[in-house]
Amino acid sequence: MAEAPAIELDHLRFAWPGGRNLLHVDRLVLKRGERVFLSGPSGSGKSTLLGLVGGVLRPQSGNVRVLGTSLGSLPARRVDRFRGDHIGFVFQSFNLLPYLSVTANVMLPLQFSKVRRERLAGAHPKEEALRLVHALGLADPDILERPVHQLSIGQQQRVAAARALIGRPELLIADEPTSSLDADTRGDFLRLLMTECAQFGTSVLFVSHDRALSDRFDRSVGLSEINRPE
Amino acid sequence: MWLLRLAFNSLRNRLSTALLTVSTIALSVALLLGVHMVRNAARESFENTLSGTDLIVGARTGPIDLLLLSVFRLGNADANVSWKSYQKIAHHPDVAWTIPISLGDMHRGFRVLGTNGDYFLHYRFNAGRPLTFERGGPFRDLFDAVVGADVARTMHYEIGTQITLSHGTGEVSFVDHADKPFHIVGILAPTGTPVDRTVHVSLEAISAMHADWQGGTQAPKKFRLTPDEVRARDLTPDSVTAFLVGMRSKVMTFTMQRAINSYREEPLLAILPGVTLTELWNLVGVADTALIIVSAFVVAAGLLGMMTSILAGLNERRREMAILRSVGARAHHVFSLLVAESGLLALAGTLGGVCLCYGLVVATQTFLGTRLGIDIAIRPLGFEDIAILIAVLASALVAGMIPAFRAYRNTLSDGLQLRT
Repeated sequence: MAEAPAIELDHLRFAWPGGRNLLHVDRLVLKRGERVFLSGPSGSGKSTLLGLVGGVLRPQSGNVRVLGTSLGSLPARRVDRFRGDHIGFVFQSFNLLPYLSVTANVMLPLQFSKVRRERLAGAHPKEEALRLVHALGLADPDILERPVHQLSIGQQQRVAAARALIGRPELLIADEPTSSLDADTRGDFLRLLMTECAQFGTSVLFVSHDRALSDRFDRSVGLSEINRPE
Repeated sequence: MWLLRLAFNSLRNRLSTALLTVSTIALSVALLLGVHMVRNAARESFENTLSGTDLIVGARTGPIDLLLLSVFRLGNADANVSWKSYQKIAHHPDVAWTIPISLGDMHRGFRVLGTNGDYFLHYRFNAGRPLTFERGGPFRDLFDAVVGADVARTMHYEIGTQITLSHGTGEVSFVDHADKPFHIVGILAPTGTPVDRTVHVSLEAISAMHADWQGGTQAPKKFRLTPDEVRARDLTPDSVTAFLVGMRSKVMTFTMQRAINSYREEPLLAILPGVTLTELWNLVGVADTALIIVSAFVVAAGLLGMMTSILAGLNERRREMAILRSVGARAHHVFSLLVAESGLLALAGTLGGVCLCYGLVVATQTFLGTRLGIDIAIRPLGFEDIAILIAVLASALVAGMIPAFRAYRNTLSDGLQLRT
């Protein structure tokens, strides 16, 4: 079980209700600790694929295994719990709660997942939040207790990434997390994010239309190469 | 606990809406609690109109009629108790004291009550409080009068003011006892009972006013007696309207009541004032039950308002819910969060309502006490008050489940991300 792939897609088919068959992926495997760049033009079904991997969407047929667990066999409630315990998400819009401070936002996943709390191995949640925020390049301690709406976009994205990584989930799913950032911030942010993931062996599925970013990853996959919609 | 804090922070983020909701609930809770407190105080004041009296005796009529007449000075007596029967009962060995009451005249809309000095000695109200004089003292002379606090206040009477009593009990009387004026010698302290609205004179004064009357009409001018001529007469009354009885031993009360009710020489009625007061309250108490029901509806409206404002806000908060779900909140967490929110709003509203209610009671205490005769004490919340508050909170939680369920369904269909 320990060495089951991070993600394993098998003969996956998905279509939105009433729509044509959008996704038909025969096979996609992410090994543990592997960092994969998934590219494709807008509307090609990238986010839908992430929804399937995250268990938010259910395929019409085929199998989605995450860390060896077949999501299709779990009831919705268990999928929610599984996702909370093992997957961190970063989105294009940063999705921070405006009424919480930076550290409180980062610590949110720990409140909902016992597994992630236990992975801190005795470290105080706040210390871990500070460490992550620091590792992702938010050095200014003044920022931490500020309400998030006072932060710049680049700073907010670092907070969102720290939140996705706290409690060391095995898998990080990132959906266009850099498209709101300017070129300088983008490179810097990506470098720090990859360093942090490499350090703890976090598997990464990173989706973007911007192929220029792909050289920071172990492997690059074009969605059009693996997807054969009918 | 953690969800409560999250709910609190989320509410603080929407402070103005939250404050409006809290004030709505606070106002409605204050109203409900206030009505309940005033109702209890009114009931107590009512039942405290008379205390220490074991029996009220009058000519045979309905118990409530006798109570209204003797205690509230309302209505008229069809028949009186003869002086002989009164004397017989008053001198019974088991009887400690009696207060005779003779009604029939008015003074500018206030009842005139003929009695004797025992009235000021033995009359008790509000759990045994005796009558006290604000100024002056009991009547001594035949044409002395003692007025209640309301009479003195509304008519601006002082010690020594000369007043004229009117014959009959109509609001406006055309026949005055103008030939026999009275002097005010005492003003009673406020009691919050009908005593405040009464003019007290001696029984002999009542006889004196009517000494030259024949069959309900005044004698022609030349046959009228002057005050000095009246003084020379025997003014022992023929009868009294009713009288209050204090027993030497409470145990004998029922025996005495039975004896009076089966008195052979004339038809008499003896009632237990406490029992009849409660009966009377149950008659008039319907109105304040209606008031309680109305206030309960106001609270329900307040809670519905809270539900509406949470429901209306849900659409703007879909993003917030999706964020929570993406960081691992499960649908039941979202449900609990929303219920916790309703709980917090209702708790703040209820606490606010309690403070508001006590504030209002403190502010109006003097007014209620002196003008309406409702003694409302500042005391901690009673069992019933707390039960009311718990019921409000429980209803709020139930009401909160409706938007919570809606949010729960939204999160399931929205997924982890909203494209805004």
